[in-house]
Amino acid sequence: MSILVDDDTRVVVQGITGGEGKFHTEQMIDYGTNVVAGAVPGRGGQTVAGVPVYDTVERAAEAEDADASVIFVPPAFAADAIFEALDASVDLAVAITEGIPTQDVAAVNAALSDSETTLVGPNCPGLITPGAAKLGILPGNIFEPGNVGLVSRSGTLTYQVVSNLTDRGLGQSTAVGIGGDPIIGTSFVDALELFEADPDTDAIVMCGEIGGEDEERAAAFVDDHVDTPVAGFVAGRTAPPGKRMGHAGAIVSGSGTGTAQSKIDALSEAGVPVGDTPAEVAEIVDEF
Amino acid sequence: MRLHEHQAKDVFSEAGVPIPDSALATTTEEVVDAAEEIGFPVAVKAQVHVGGRGKAGGIELVESADEARAAADRILGMDLKGYTVERVLVEAAVDFVNELYVGITMDRDAGEPVLMVSTEGGVDIESVAAETPEAIARVHVDPVAGLRPFQARQAAYRAGVPDDVALDVASVLSTLYDLFDERDASEIEINPVMVTSDREVVAADAVMNVDDDALFRQEELAASEEESYTDDIERTAGEYGFDYVRLDGNVGIIGNGAGLVMTTLDLVDYFDGTPANFLDIGGGAKAERVANALDVVFADDNVDSVVFNIFGGITRGDEVAEGINTALEQFDEIPNPVVVRLAGTNAEAGMEILNTDLVEVEATLEGAVERAVDNASEVTQ
Repeated sequence: MSILVDDDTRVVVQGITGGEGKFHTEQMIDYGTNVVAGAVPGRGGQTVAGVPVYDTVERAAEAEDADASVIFVPPAFAADAIFEALDASVDLAVAITEGIPTQDVAAVNAALSDSETTLVGPNCPGLITPGAAKLGILPGNIFEPGNVGLVSRSGTLTYQVVSNLTDRGLGQSTAVGIGGDPIIGTSFVDALELFEADPDTDAIVMCGEIGGEDEERAAAFVDDHVDTPVAGFVAGRTAPPGKRMGHAGAIVSGSGTGTAQSKIDALSEAGVPVGDTPAEVAEIVDEF
Repeated sequence: MRLHEHQAKDVFSEAGVPIPDSALATTTEEVVDAAEEIGFPVAVKAQVHVGGRGKAGGIELVESADEARAAADRILGMDLKGYTVERVLVEAAVDFVNELYVGITMDRDAGEPVLMVSTEGGVDIESVAAETPEAIARVHVDPVAGLRPFQARQAAYRAGVPDDVALDVASVLSTLYDLFDERDASEIEINPVMVTSDREVVAADAVMNVDDDALFRQEELAASEEESYTDDIERTAGEYGFDYVRLDGNVGIIGNGAGLVMTTLDLVDYFDGTPANFLDIGGGAKAERVANALDVVFADDNVDSVVFNIFGGITRGDEVAEGINTALEQFDEIPNPVVVRLAGTNAEAGMEILNTDLVEVEATLEGAVERAVDNASEVTQ
């Protein structure tokens, strides 16, 4: 009844001894996530939030049978941490870190095609299967178990749309924040493919934003491969060209590619209704 | 981070890319002296972070000391799309027979760098890309393996660069790719690369943008950074560390998280208002940061009304509420009406703390934005 994470997911936290890593490990455990290990170079043998720490992801994964990693490692070392997770062949790596140099992410991206690991992020809030597990920094209390799959490039916008859904009694199967960077692991298309294959996802919401062409590709994918009803939202209609709107990836190029209108048009043409407001998105899903 | 033309040329030249003789000048006298030293004709080129400087009057070709003096008087101190010109590059004019374009950028959708070469240099490459995309040869580069020399040659020959200079252009491309890779560039461009009558290849312009997220390991480039803001409010916002973009409307906007702030701007427009700015206070903002954000937005004279929209994940509603109270209690009279909407972590506690003598409170995003737009239109009437 979900994608990527469920009750059985066994999580190692890379960077568990840092402030963010420790705080969010506690939050994840409070939510019911199986956090089984931490991995920090030179900190093997310590315990954080009741969780044993290992020096390498390989050791953590072997000793505690971990199959997913959440990465709270500072930007300068984050790409190396992701490579380490790929090397340990965890099924899922979730990179929360914001501000990783783009060329580092490009190198990671090149390694993904030969890897068994699914990367979510970087620069993302993580993902949650309500009632089962959350991997990342999303506030668990706004989510409810249900059948709407949600995929979004933004953290707080995800929370907004989720609260609109939950207010209408529309729970979520899984919500995935794929991240606001120009180069990311899991794309809209990847997430849509997983939701389409999930028998317990009856409707999908995708929240895009300006920059790049991932939403346009997602629209084409929905047209050809997705039978589950999809509702859309696109942030940045009023963004001026050439200005970075917070996220490194949220920029309309000077030549006018990556605009909200181009994404809204592509989605509409693919039969994906696009809400003008987050509340309207929930209304559309309610009518599916 | 964007380098000035003269900074980028220094980087390129040091790496072995031929550039014209040039000197940097900040006064009319320096311009005339430099021009005489280099020898006429020379180009006097404004050094500001603005695209299309030529069209905007920031570049002038001069043939004599008098002309150099007149050009310097006109360009130094001029306003170029909001930026004041403080320095010019005085550069030997190149006697060219061909103008080429070469560039390297990160193709975000492919996740790889891409080389671009065109024989239609000297004009806006984005219009070439839009009108005749086949005139630009593109070659993607595996970021791990790096640029193989044949790929640089392939790009030059595919673009139709004249055979007798194609290998020189390929060599420039290889050098630029090494810089792109080693200096964490996000974009490198020479437009135009001039081919002289002697069949020399010279970089007549230079663009280099560096990934802000990589500045921690590019100390030399980071040290040469010159903040360039078109106005004082952007400068202040930058100093406070906010992601801020000034727009021309009258509804000031503060929120957390890029996507949600963009959505708040869009909703202002949806309710027939006009957003004055994008301001993301970021995750986990404490009271002082919240107060700083209000300072920035109030400093904009165009602002008639403010909406504060926070959906707390790691940001706590009670911290935000305290920040709003602290910021507003300083005023005898609050400059503009403020509508606050808090949701998520500790939102209820925040709502209780908020001083409702100072702010209006709304429960929903849509309600808050609509009210802020109404407030703005009342002020305007």
